Amino acid sequence: MNIALLLEMAAEAAPDRVALVCDAKRWTYGELLSAARGAVELIEASGASHVALLDESSEAAVIALFGAALAGVPYCPLNYRLADEDLAALLARIAPALVIGDTGRVAQIAGDQGHTALTRSDFATRAQSAAVDPERMYDFGEGIAVQLFTSGTTAAPKAAILRHSNLLGYILGSVEFASADEDDAALVVVPPYHIAGISALMSSIYANRRIVMLPSFEPAAWLKLVDAERVTNAFVVPTMLGRIIAAMEAGSPDVSSLRAVAYGGGKMPLEVIQKALERFPTTGFTNAYGLTETSSTIALLGPDEHRAALSSDDPAVRARLASLGQALPTVEIEIRDEDGKVVGPGEHGEIYVRGDQVSGEYKEKSALTADGWFPTRDAGYMDEEGYIFLSGRADDVIVRGGENMSPGEIEDVLLTHPAIADACACGIPSVEWGEAVGVALVLHDGHLEPAEDEIREMIRARLRSSRVPERVQVVKELPYNEMGKLLRREVKKILAD
Amino acid sequence: MKPGTRLKSAACDTEVMVIRCGDGSIECGGAPMGEAKPAEAAPLSADFSGGTLMGKRYVDADGAYELLCVKPGKGSLAVNGVVLSTKDAKPLPASD
Repeated sequence: MNIALLLEMAAEAAPDRVALVCDAKRWTYGELLSAARGAVELIEASGASHVALLDESSEAAVIALFGAALAGVPYCPLNYRLADEDLAALLARIAPALVIGDTGRVAQIAGDQGHTALTRSDFATRAQSAAVDPERMYDFGEGIAVQLFTSGTTAAPKAAILRHSNLLGYILGSVEFASADEDDAALVVVPPYHIAGISALMSSIYANRRIVMLPSFEPAAWLKLVDAERVTNAFVVPTMLGRIIAAMEAGSPDVSSLRAVAYGGGKMPLEVIQKALERFPTTGFTNAYGLTETSSTIALLGPDEHRAALSSDDPAVRARLASLGQALPTVEIEIRDEDGKVVGPGEHGEIYVRGDQVSGEYKEKSALTADGWFPTRDAGYMDEEGYIFLSGRADDVIVRGGENMSPGEIEDVLLTHPAIADACACGIPSVEWGEAVGVALVLHDGHLEPAEDEIREMIRARLRSSRVPERVQVVKELPYNEMGKLLRREVKKILAD
Repeated sequence: MKPGTRLKSAACDTEVMVIRCGDGSIECGGAPMGEAKPAEAAPLSADFSGGTLMGKRYVDADGAYELLCVKPGKGSLAVNGVVLSTKDAKPLPASD
C-alpha cells in the first residue's frame, strides 16, 4: 500500500482536470503525477534518507509528498518558524535529507549535516523536466509515508510516524473516489508541516476536488480567494476564523460559494463559532478533532449538530456546540481513568482511540497499548450520547493536594465574566498543596480589572472551593503558537514569577 | 498474498489493490486474478460480468476480504465463486 495510489488514480481518471491552484498557477492531476515521478529521480540521485520541506505551502509540497512516497522515503515537512537552534536539531535527526525550500538557511544552520538543498522553484522545475522512463515500475516500500515532529508544547518534539497504511486507511474510509463536482474547490491554508495540511491534500486529490492554496494566512487574502475561485470547502484553525470574521466587518465579501468549513487544531471559543454561524448562514460548520498520531480527524461535530445546538433550549444539547462531536464510524473512542479503566458518561479521564488510521507510533517507540489503543494525552469526557468534550491536555491537569482538576472547567467559568476576554488556568507551585491554581486573564478593551475577590467568589460559587485560584494575574495577551495552541508552560512561567 | 498487492483480471481490464485478504481464491470475470496478466485472456463468464467501478471498495459478507478497484473492467469480483459487494466510504461533511 502506498499513498501515491491516490494521485495515480486521480491522474488515471481525470488527467486533464485542474488539481491545484497556487499563486495564480494551475496544475492538472496528470502534471502533478508526472512531476512526482520526476521527483523520484532527484530523490534517488541525492541519496537522501528523508525528503524535507522547509517552506510555505506551494506545488512543491504536493510534488514532494507523492515523490517521496514513490521513492519509498519518508516525507518530513518542517516548521520553518522554529528558532535556528531547534530547527538544526531536527534537521540533524533526518540527515542526510533532500531539503526543499530555504537553501540559505540550511547552509547556515546545518551546512555540515550532509543535506542536499534545493529551492522551491529549482525542485519543481527539475522534477517536471526530469527524464522518466514511462515504463518504470515503482517498487516502493510500504513503510513510513510521513514523519512529523510534534509541536512539543510540553517537551522536546517527538518524531511521529505515519505509515502508508494509516494514511490510506483514513482516506479510503472517509473519502469516496472522484466524488467532487467539477466546480468544487478546497481552500488549503494550514501550514504544510501540520497533519491537517497533509490530509487536506490527500483527501482533495482522491475526491478530485481542486485544491486552492494560500501559502500564508491573511484574512483579506483568504476572503478574496474564496470569492475569486468560488471555493466550496475550507479548513481553518480557530484563530483564523476569528480573524476572518473580524475582516468581514470591514466589507461585504461574497462567501456564498462556501458550503462547508471545517475547523480544528485548538479550542474554538464559543463566541467565535456563534458569530461564524450568524455570518455564514448557508455554510455548514464541522468541528474536526484529531491528532498528528491519528492521521487527522477521529471525531467530528457536523453542520446539523451545530445548528441544532445553537437553537436548542435543552442545556445538554446547547453544550454540544463546544464539544468535539462523536467518533468517526471507522474508529473507536473511549475515556479511561488513570488505571486504564473505562469510565462512564460525564466522568473525566483520558481520551483513547483505536483504528486503522491510528499510528500512535514515534520513531523512538510506539505509544500503543498491547491491544492497539492510543492514549492521546488529551483529557475529556463523553456525554450520554457519545459527544466528546475536551478539557485540556492530560499533562496540563492541576493536581492540588491529590485532587485532579482540569484547567478547562475553571477557564470556562472565568470566560462567563463580562470583562474577561481570555483566560488560562494552570498549576503553580504550592508548599502546602504541591500545586495550587493560578490564573492569567486578558481583559476586553475598556473594561476595568475585576477585583480578585470577585473572581474567587465566582469560581467558589460555580465549582468547588479547591478550584479557587491562589494567584490571579491580568496580562496583555496569552502566548499562543502559530496554530492557535495555548502555550501553558509559558503561562506557568509568568505565574510562577 | 498481502495487503498492498496489485492483482489483474485475466478476463477483463480490471485491476485491484488488496486491502485485506484471506487464503481463498480472488477472481474476476470468473477467472482467478494474478499479479501479471496471462498471455492468453480468459473468457468472461456471463455470471460474473457485472463490471467493476474505479475507486470502489469490494468486500465479502464477513469483511475478511477487501479490494480497491484501481482500474475498471467488465468482470465482477468474487472470492471462491461468491460475488463481492461494494462498500461505501463514510464521507466527512467537509474536507479537512
